[in-house]
Amino acid sequence: MAFSRQRFRALIRKEFIQLLRDWRTLLSILLIPIVEMFLLAYAVNLTIDHIPMVVADLSQDDQSRALIHALVISGYFDVLQYVDSETEVIHAIDQGQARAGLVIPPGFATGVARGDAQALMMLDGSDSFTLQSGYGAALAIAQARSTELAMEKVSRSGITALGELPIFTSLRILYNPNMDGMVFMVPATAAMLLQVMTMGMTAMSVVREQEMGTLEQLLVTPARPMELILGKLVPNILVAAVDMVMVVLFGVYWFGVPFQGNPWLLGILSLLFIISGLGQGLLASSIAHTQREAGQMIAVLMMLANLLTGFIYPRTAAPLWVQLIGDLIPLTYFLRIIRGIFTKGIGVYFIWQDIAVLLLYSVVVMVLAAKSFKTRLD
Amino acid sequence: MNEIAIRTRDLVKIFKTRRGAINAVNGVTLQVQRGQTYGLIGPDGAGKTTTTRVILGLLRRTGGESSVLGYDSMKDTYAIRERVGYIAQQFALPGDLTVMENMRFFADIHQVDEETQRHRIPELLEFAGLSRFTKRLAGKLSGGMKKKLALACSLIHGPDVVMLDEPTLGVDPVSRREFWDLLGELRTEKGLTIFVCTPYMDEAERCNLIGLMYEGQLVAHDSPEKIKRLVPGQLLEFTPSHFAPAKERLAELEGVLEIQTYGRMIHVFVDHAARRQAEIIRALGDQGITCEGMREIEPRMEEAFISLIRKQQERARAASETAAARSPS
Ligand SMILES: Nc1ncnc2c1ncn2[C@@H]1O[C@H](COP(=O)(O)OP(=O)(O)O)[C@@H](O)[C@H]1O
Ligand SMILES: [Mg+2]
Repeated sequence: MAFSRQRFRALIRKEFIQLLRDWRTLLSILLIPIVEMFLLAYAVNLTIDHIPMVVADLSQDDQSRALIHALVISGYFDVLQYVDSETEVIHAIDQGQARAGLVIPPGFATGVARGDAQALMMLDGSDSFTLQSGYGAALAIAQARSTELAMEKVSRSGITALGELPIFTSLRILYNPNMDGMVFMVPATAAMLLQVMTMGMTAMSVVREQEMGTLEQLLVTPARPMELILGKLVPNILVAAVDMVMVVLFGVYWFGVPFQGNPWLLGILSLLFIISGLGQGLLASSIAHTQREAGQMIAVLMMLANLLTGFIYPRTAAPLWVQLIGDLIPLTYFLRIIRGIFTKGIGVYFIWQDIAVLLLYSVVVMVLAAKSFKTRLD
Repeated sequence: MNEIAIRTRDLVKIFKTRRGAINAVNGVTLQVQRGQTYGLIGPDGAGKTTTTRVILGLLRRTGGESSVLGYDSMKDTYAIRERVGYIAQQFALPGDLTVMENMRFFADIHQVDEETQRHRIPELLEFAGLSRFTKRLAGKLSGGMKKKLALACSLIHGPDVVMLDEPTLGVDPVSRREFWDLLGELRTEKGLTIFVCTPYMDEAERCNLIGLMYEGQLVAHDSPEKIKRLVPGQLLEFTPSHFAPAKERLAELEGVLEIQTYGRMIHVFVDHAARRQAEIIRALGDQGITCEGMREIEPRMEEAFISLIRKQQERARAASETAAARSPS
């Protein structure tokens, strides 16, 4: 391989000059994630604020009260009424008095101590919005309290299971007892952002050159594909990294989400994730012919990523085939990694499987991208 | 030393698209000697760009052979790229880099060393008349200056051959002339081999050798003088007072070989100019048509080209008719 440092430097310099000269785009690249984080923060609060809930607390111990308290203090749920049985809870939802119901079985505190506590959450199935947002919030809160939460959808016709399987969360790690949306969302936003940025920027900038004809002028020079690829990637890696740091800092200092883990570990793993995203971008650019097409491909992937990777909706809620599709998206793994490191402060030991998958993914995507990188125009 | 700069034999390029196969280049054979200026002339869609791209290895060829300086277009792509300068049809230098940044970028990408860059960049900028605009963004240059910058960038590594695809597209007449003067300088002073695609017939006259391209094929491949002589007969030009009937009557006259129209003007090829001139005036005069500005002119490339394309079309039609007649229906 005839790699030339002079050519490589020239390509990187060009990329940087263009990046800095197009300051509007650069600014939006840097600001959009922050804006998005604000939107998410306030949208979360607006949409699932104060869902009226009836509670049947059959346990009446410290832990059950703490769970109810956590749900209330989160702002997502208001206790409308305490009742004595599950039937009454269902009845209240059925009558339209409440949108949500919580049934805490007897002996809850013992369950928590053993680590297999369970509670039943019921949500009004006639209002899909409440259903979705209440579900996410309740699940996150329950997780924080090391509680398995069985969820059911209640509709006028009775009770149907939510999704195809009864829902149990499998996470049992205790963190942030005053769980609020941002703890959940800040790391996720950072992850999502990296995915969009890396893939989007790369695909767009390659396709743009293709459309403007500058790619033709580049291809006819002795620059080798590897130099062209790296020349595109390195500046994008830097921008993505800056963006990532900004989001994390904002999350920590503005939204007050504590950073528990090792920043260097997160940094290195983010780099891995960035590389896989850039590879996806290159692949997308070799399939798309116009910026429009590239934009559409990215939008579709973003939608899938939003729904299937656990970004907002917990993956465990989804049917198996949906989970399998989610498994194909690297964001799935990185979300677990970043949430684990960010909010739980866990180390490599707990996430090595996710890391391994991500590593494999990066290598495969990069090799594919390098192979499919067009050295000709057809 | 290889004396042939560019060579193709039976070059074929077929694009496979959703709407079917497009035979963009259909058996092109051409040869350009070192130091020659070759013009590939033809209307839009003739296949000039495609031919150039295949020769440069920017497109995969479907069939035939093509090489530059003895290097095969497909196999020795990088050897070619190190020795050839190219201006794509679209102005394709990064518009958000300045003139100087563009020069330096292309110099580095061709691995021109610092020392050489230091004197060659100012030289080329001077040559292209861009010395005063080094800090201007390439995208903000006028059409003519853009093309001159593209030319300067394509010369930065001291190539032996430059291939220019419609370098004067969208350029005003004065800048067009200036651009061609620059090319002339390059040919005489540096002995550069120049390959130009253009739809402009007047530019063809500036070349040593031209290929007339039409629908993927070379209709003619020769010097401008010889190509003009390919059209038989002599040429008369005039403006009739009544256009349509004049054209009709002309076609019936003896000795009239071909009629071409340019706006309200008629160009007519005849076997003998002096004799037919009087006959035409008389024949049209009988119908009350006057002929204004009747004179004999030298056939230009444009007339030759139109005539050659017509013959090609007639041949193609005849061929398809025989094929149709032969096939049982
Ligand atoms: N990438 C392509 N895909 C499909 N068809 C193409 C492509 N490039 C050119 N063509 C077709 O090939 C023919 C020749 O085009 P081109 O070489 O651009 O002609 P010219 O440069 O003489 O105007 C045209 O019919 C054009 O539509
Ligand atoms: Mg063209």
